[in-house]
Amino acid sequence: MTGAKKWAPLVLFILLGSALTYGLAKPESSTIKSKMIGVSVPSFTLPAAIPERPGLSSADLATGQPHLVNVFGSWCIPCMAEAPQLKQIADAGVPIVGIAVRDKPENLQRFLARYGNPFRAIGADDASQVMMALGSSGVPESFVVDGQGRILHQQIGPINPEDVAGIVAAVKGAR
Amino acid sequence: MKRLLLALALLATPVLADSDLPPAPLADMQLPDPRQEAEAKALMATIRCLVCQGQSIADSDAELAGDMRAMVRERIAAGEKPEAIRAWLVQRYGSWVSYNPPFNRVTWLLWMAPVGFVLIGVLIARSSFRRRA
Repeated sequence: MTGAKKWAPLVLFILLGSALTYGLAKPESSTIKSKMIGVSVPSFTLPAAIPERPGLSSADLATGQPHLVNVFGSWCIPCMAEAPQLKQIADAGVPIVGIAVRDKPENLQRFLARYGNPFRAIGADDASQVMMALGSSGVPESFVVDGQGRILHQQIGPINPEDVAGIVAAVKGAR
Repeated sequence: MKRLLLALALLATPVLADSDLPPAPLADMQLPDPRQEAEAKALMATIRCLVCQGQSIADSDAELAGDMRAMVRERIAAGEKPEAIRAWLVQRYGSWVSYNPPFNRVTWLLWMAPVGFVLIGVLIARSSFRRRA
């Protein structure tokens, strides 16, 4: 064996090894998009998370009116950061309902008193079951749901000021 | 020095990003039926945690992993087949969530590459042995 031919397997091995190591170290993306977009919200019923607001069920999302469904928790720091944006969206006339993940009523009440309560209903998802059913993998996440209960859009992470207009338009544009 | 270290240690306390609720009962408790528990364990070892993305939900300490284990055990106890639970999760999070990738248009290279490498190895070995003989 001579020259190039002798080294070819080693070069191939190094190339493959570097490609695989690069792929492992720097994956395409670590956010997990829900595959439920375009699909109806799976059937669920959640009890009220606080006495001041009703609970939430999938039937509440299929009443002909589009909604913004916010998956959040009082223990979640980015959820505090998105509170002013949620208020803006609610003030623009968008009905917002909440899914409180692994929360205690007293913590939730304190959170809402401090950061505002834009929610018309809040369901208590104590074991993250509805969060999983929606294909959501963390808090906060928000889903635009049309009047028939179909998921149109998923916002992963907090709603930032620049996202507000798009979300209001998405909910208003839905039927 | 000691005081400085203590101050630094206090500063380094991680931000609490976990909820106040205890883990779901079935997150860390075995099912009474050992056959069902074995089924649940086998499935949990092949479902990827959504938070600690390099770990299975059997290994991960994330709260969501605990809730996922509880979900798996509840459904197995209710008589659901492990593959149906896997399919339910894949429907929501994509095949990414499963450590047991199916054979399809995207993954054929993954499954066939080892066969290809063995073939290349056999060819290289054959040619070098022939030359020596």
